[in-house]
Amino acid sequence: MSQFLNLTIEKIHKGLTGKKFSAQELTQHYLDTIQEKDKDIGAFLHITEKMALEQADVVDKAIANKEEISKMSAVPYAVKDAIMVKDVPCTAGSKILENYTAVYDATCIDKLKTKGAICLGKTNLDEFAMGSSTEHSAYKTTKNPHDLTRVPGGSSGGSAASVAANECIFSLGSDTGGSIRQPASFCGVVGLKPTYGAVSRYGLIAFASSLDQIGPFASNVEDCEIVFNAIKGIDKNDSTSVELKQENSKFDIKKVKIGIPKEYFAEGIDKEVKEVVEGMIEKAEKNGAKIEEVSLPHSKYALPCYYIVATSEASANLARFDGIKYGLSVKGKDLIDEYFKTKTQGFGDEVKRRIMLGSFCLSSGYYDAYYSRAQKVRALIRQDFEKVFKKVDFLFTPVSPFPAFKLGEKMDDPLRMYLADIYTISVNLAGLPALSMPAGKVGKLPVGLQIIGNHFTESKILQAGKFIETIL
Amino acid sequence: MISKEEVEHIAKLARLELTESELKKMQNDLAGILDYVDVLQKADISKVKTTEHSVGLNMENVTREDEPKPATAETIKKIKEQFPDKQDGHLKVKGILN
Repeated sequence: MSQFLNLTIEKIHKGLTGKKFSAQELTQHYLDTIQEKDKDIGAFLHITEKMALEQADVVDKAIANKEEISKMSAVPYAVKDAIMVKDVPCTAGSKILENYTAVYDATCIDKLKTKGAICLGKTNLDEFAMGSSTEHSAYKTTKNPHDLTRVPGGSSGGSAASVAANECIFSLGSDTGGSIRQPASFCGVVGLKPTYGAVSRYGLIAFASSLDQIGPFASNVEDCEIVFNAIKGIDKNDSTSVELKQENSKFDIKKVKIGIPKEYFAEGIDKEVKEVVEGMIEKAEKNGAKIEEVSLPHSKYALPCYYIVATSEASANLARFDGIKYGLSVKGKDLIDEYFKTKTQGFGDEVKRRIMLGSFCLSSGYYDAYYSRAQKVRALIRQDFEKVFKKVDFLFTPVSPFPAFKLGEKMDDPLRMYLADIYTISVNLAGLPALSMPAGKVGKLPVGLQIIGNHFTESKILQAGKFIETIL
Repeated sequence: MISKEEVEHIAKLARLELTESELKKMQNDLAGILDYVDVLQKADISKVKTTEHSVGLNMENVTREDEPKPATAETIKKIKEQFPDKQDGHLKVKGILN
């Protein structure tokens, strides 16, 4: 079994091509690990064992035939259950899609399949990605592998926990307000929220279309980068997708200017979390980086702005779940009664709350005061970043004001739950890329560092992340 | 504070049925959140244009011809399998005009 310890994408490739193990053995090892560990962790909603072993067979045959295999061949991964994998259930963590099976592959899944990566299953999430702890899933509670009494973060909590528990090599999540970065921080893994449009959203069940972005989780920055490069790119099925320019500039920490937004270290942050992140900044400075305090003066508006924009878009996106063409369908006395009954039974409390808030913000008489105003405030938030990125290369910030909290701790108070995303939300509003990576621990709980870059500078951010790994 | 009647109206727009106690809790939750987002009223938006694109850098509209693309028989079959109600291979819905 030792050959499967501390695997990376590179090591798997070497192991397969060097015939140290077969794709079947590797896949079986991960399926066994899930079998053994997931009783406690609860990261997975569906396990695609048959499909995984069939794909492994294809890779083994290719190797036996001396065909060249891609770097990602047989690399086992997990997928947030809001992303479509053909012929596999896709529930978005909601009862309204309990009986739904995807009829096509999301573009990112299609790309991974082409490269031979092996999907092990679908992971738990807050219903329709609405939440910060994965506790709003209609199916199960996922636990933090570092402390089973605590949440894994959310909404991509299952994807983060599956990587942290070594149940897969990487996973995919989606990030609308922090749903990749915050669980990555809570679970002590690396998570990348790419620039808006860098990865096609085709096949992702929409929450808030102007904010949603698919991205990878991995246990190290290099794997995260390999996966990002595999799934990125323009796609005719997503008109908001864009092609990233390949940047090959050399990374030199001594030429790097790091901005520290003072608003992210003010009131509300746990003292220990602040110390971990500041410690990391000091280390970067000792290694030659230039550190400069900067200001993002409209930060205080980010969370309220987000909750108007995101819920407004969600209320429109979720209108499609009406029980007519697929999913839960509850009989009623007439058509409109069926809509009412299906939605009322199918959606959970948090989703209903957000649909209500969004419907309110878009409703006649309130549109200007809420949605229209929020979209203008959003422009102010983006301008803050535009100004700052004229002066510095990156921003270093905490990911969340606190480490993983106790299961149930924030379930009764939506506003307290929303605060878990206070440092990640601006990035979505401005469409920026950001990396969340382990920076240290408070007790046994991981604490993440967030590296924010300007639009389309993923490769620079990832290089910075790789450097930070060397000085941890 | 958002009134009970307003919450009922919004629930109707959103096609959600709320029991009396759910209505009360929803009113409370929404009031709390609306109170919290009220800070946006203080932002000076007089000199700013609205957000039209999430990234906003010289983005162009993306268009294509509106041409139907044939789906495979397999896809059609799989989509039809998920119909909650059907008749003679067609999706069946309740009448809109009765």
